[in-house]
Amino acid sequence: MFSEVVSLLPAGIINGLMFGAIYALVALGLTLIYGVLHIINFAHGAMLMLAMYMAYFLFKILNIDPYVAILIVTPAGFVFGYTIYRWGIGKLSGGRDQNILLITLGLSIILENSALVFFTGDQQTISLSYSYEAFDLGFLYLSYPKVISFVASLVICLLLWMLMTLTDLGKAIRAVAKQREGARLVGIDVEHVFAVTFGIGVACLGAAGCMLLPIFYVDPYTGNIFVIVAFTIVVLGGMGSIVGALLGGFIIGITESVGGLILGESLGQVGISLIFILILIFRPTGIFGSKV
Amino acid sequence: MTFSLNTILLILLGLLTAILAPLGISSKFQLDVLTLIFFTAYIGQSWNILGGYAGQFSFGGVMFFGTGAYTSSILLTSFGVPPIIGIFAAIFMGAFLGLIVGYLSFRSGLRGSYFALITLAFAELLRVLANSVEFTGGGVGLFLTYAPGLHNLQFNSPTGFYYFSLVLLVISLVIAMWLERSRFGAQLVAIRENEDAAEALGIDTLKCKIYAIMIMGGMGGAAGTFYAQKYLYIDPPISYSIALSVEMLLVTIVGGMGTVFGPLVGSFFLHIVNEFARHFIDTPGVSLIVYGFILILIISFLPNGLVGLFHRARKKKDDNDA
Repeated sequence: MFSEVVSLLPAGIINGLMFGAIYALVALGLTLIYGVLHIINFAHGAMLMLAMYMAYFLFKILNIDPYVAILIVTPAGFVFGYTIYRWGIGKLSGGRDQNILLITLGLSIILENSALVFFTGDQQTISLSYSYEAFDLGFLYLSYPKVISFVASLVICLLLWMLMTLTDLGKAIRAVAKQREGARLVGIDVEHVFAVTFGIGVACLGAAGCMLLPIFYVDPYTGNIFVIVAFTIVVLGGMGSIVGALLGGFIIGITESVGGLILGESLGQVGISLIFILILIFRPTGIFGSKV
Repeated sequence: MTFSLNTILLILLGLLTAILAPLGISSKFQLDVLTLIFFTAYIGQSWNILGGYAGQFSFGGVMFFGTGAYTSSILLTSFGVPPIIGIFAAIFMGAFLGLIVGYLSFRSGLRGSYFALITLAFAELLRVLANSVEFTGGGVGLFLTYAPGLHNLQFNSPTGFYYFSLVLLVISLVIAMWLERSRFGAQLVAIRENEDAAEALGIDTLKCKIYAIMIMGGMGGAAGTFYAQKYLYIDPPISYSIALSVEMLLVTIVGGMGTVFGPLVGSFFLHIVNEFARHFIDTPGVSLIVYGFILILIISFLPNGLVGLFHRARKKKDDNDA
């Protein structure tokens, strides 16, 4: 039994890394929004679900490959996020963080059940012409979609990091995150930056949704699976830390995959909630507790 | 809040109506709907004690319900303990779980959204555990046999369950009324309004919050037994459903947080909305979409809920009269 597990370990770790990269992308949106706006977007999972449906219908109706659809769904995510913050959440919140949590909870209920009404509760999956082709690593077959998703997630994380560090917009976002009143005084349109940040956070979900679709299923409740995972990564990596989200994503991806290997599929999920609880109790600032 | 003579008369009248209602309502379906309304109001009140009075929002309130349901059901199926005793074990286990969760999260200073999320994680953890271990029946769930009788807390007519839910509801209302008049309740409100100031005044905030979550846990535990005995089947997705966690906060916020009758008013209101929505468009999910909008609107424009609206209207009237 033990030696069996050890022999499966490398495969488990690599599989975990593949999913971890996508997890990181989901968490990145969440951590960015938290780091700048100091709000928790509980509708994050529901928005991811919408992105997956969008990619699904682009594939089914217009026959657009999900990896190409990234170029459509990501900007759509941005527009959706910008709009819903600027003229929705931002206006209604009134400042208390629990209010935002509850408003985004209401939003997630609306999105989930709208999906249920319009798209039915059936699980949808797609299969691509290259879904079953794989790289042979000797100890593991790695399907093309997983590898593409992995690489694309890393590229997007890198792009986001460049956006945050190299551009004026990134500078403005960081300024608002550190000192919103100061930023306002030097002439930054804080409300606009908030909405842009929220938009970027949702745009990350757009990309993540496209990459998840070929290797996962979508139904109105898919988002729930990723909500706890994303929150865990975010607290693990430190609220607001981009590098933390990336590393946290990998750690969680590997934990889930290896945990599932050792403890069995259902008990493997215990690991994630448990890590979340332990981190919150013992080290609420996370492991890499630096801000954006 | 002290109760004026009028309020007391109104409460007694309401209680009398509730007691006599089964005489006037012949439809089993309508009685079942009322039972459900009372049950939701009861479990909403459990959330209200920690969320409404003490200001600590939980997103995983269902964990006490599920744990209570499993406690009395396992005692019954594996050890033959009758649920009328089992319900007390369920209350105990719910309160005990509250002690553990409360101690762990409040001691490390978790507040606001962090507390909400950690309760969600606890509920998820318990759901996965209940799914994986043997003695809960795993994913198959637990089937209870139908054997009506008071000792089994099962009844051969909807009227029995109606009175069972009414008893739970009345107990929860009494607890909330006691909170409004007691020192402990005032301490909880102080914590909600400003925790640091409450601490500075010498209130043992940790202890108060733990007591509050234990009361919530005990109430949730009894709710679990009620559900198991009424529907005779539990499994992990039912026992630890996110939907119920949301429902208990929904009825309370809509009705009015930190008020005695908020959860009951909210429960009535949302059930009526539900019936209306179903009347016009009978597709699953539609009423929940409406609930989502109601939640957002209430949070944004009516932070004190429907009860708050009522108070505001009455105050305006009093001002006009004077």
